[in-house]
Amino acid sequence: MTGLGLVLVTTFLASTVEAIEMVTIVVGVGSTRGWRATLVGTVSGFAVLAGVVAVFGLALSAIPIGPLRLIVGALLLVFGLQWFRKGVTRVAAHGLAGMRAGHIDEELAWTGPGFDWTAFVLAFKGVVLEGLEVAFIVVTFGVTANQLGSAVIGGVAAVVIIGAIGAAVQPAVARIPRSLLQLVVGTMLTTFGTFWAVEGIGVIWPAGDAAILGLLALYVLTALTLISLERRQAFGFSPWRNA
Amino acid sequence: MKLLWSSIAGFGRFWYRFIVGDDWTVAAAVTFGLLLTALLNATAVAAWWLVPIVVVVMVAVSLRRASPRRNLVRNAQEGK
Repeated sequence: MTGLGLVLVTTFLASTVEAIEMVTIVVGVGSTRGWRATLVGTVSGFAVLAGVVAVFGLALSAIPIGPLRLIVGALLLVFGLQWFRKGVTRVAAHGLAGMRAGHIDEELAWTGPGFDWTAFVLAFKGVVLEGLEVAFIVVTFGVTANQLGSAVIGGVAAVVIIGAIGAAVQPAVARIPRSLLQLVVGTMLTTFGTFWAVEGIGVIWPAGDAAILGLLALYVLTALTLISLERRQAFGFSPWRNA
Repeated sequence: MKLLWSSIAGFGRFWYRFIVGDDWTVAAAVTFGLLLTALLNATAVAAWWLVPIVVVVMVAVSLRRASPRRNLVRNAQEGK
C-alpha cells in the first residue's frame, strides 16, 4: 500500500512541473492578447483534462489489481525514465535555474473586434498539452495506489497554487527550479514503476514495501552520479571516453 | 479512407512519443527485463534485482549516446 502522503507529494510535484509551463503560456498569452479568450481557452482545456481523468480513471479502475500493477507499473517506469533522463541532463546543464521566460511575439498582439480565436487556441493547446502528462500521472498513480481522489487533489492543488503565483507575480513562476522538480518526479515515477511492475509479475520484494526506499536510494545515487559525469564532460573531460 | 488511416497513424505516433519518447531502446530494454524477470520468477528464481539493474544501465547508456549529439549541437552553436 502506498501512503497517502507519497501519492499527494508525487502528483503535486508532477503537476507543479507542468503547471509552471502552463501558467507561463497562459499568462503570456493573456497579458499580450487579452484575457477573455485566453481564460475561455484555459477553462476549455481544463474541461478536456477533467474528461480524460474521469474516463481513463474509470477504465483503469475496472482492471484487477495484479495485471493493473504490471501494466501501469511498466508504463510509469518507461514514462518516468523520460523525465529522469531529461532531469539529469537539465540539472547537469543548468543547475537549479528556473525556466526561461516565454516570449510572445508583440506582433501577435490582438487589437481587432470580436472573439480572439488565436488566444483561445494558444491557451487551450497550452493547457491540454502540458496537462496531459499530469493527467496520465495522476490517473495511473492514483488508481494503482488505490487513492485516485488524493492524486487528483495533489494535481489540482499544484495548478491552483502555481496559477495564483503566476497571476500575482509572473516572473516568480519562471524562477521555480523546474529541472530539479522534473528530476525528483522522474525518480519517484521510476521507483514506483519498478516496484509495481515487478510486483505485478508476482515477484515478492525483499522487505516488502520497504523495498521502495531501497529503490529510491539506488535511483537518487544513480542520478547524482550521472549529473556529476555529465558536468565533468561539459567542462571538457569525458569520463565516458576513458571508460 | 486515407484521412482515417492518417488519423490512426497520427494517434499512434502521439502515444508512441508520449510514452516511449526519443530513445526506444530504453523502453525495449525495460520490456525485455520484465519478460526475463517473469521467466525467472516462473522457475522459482528470485529476480527482483534484475529490473533495477536494467534501469540504471540503460539510463547511463542512453545519456552516453545522447552526449555526442548534444556536443555537436553546442559546437555548432559556438561556431566550432
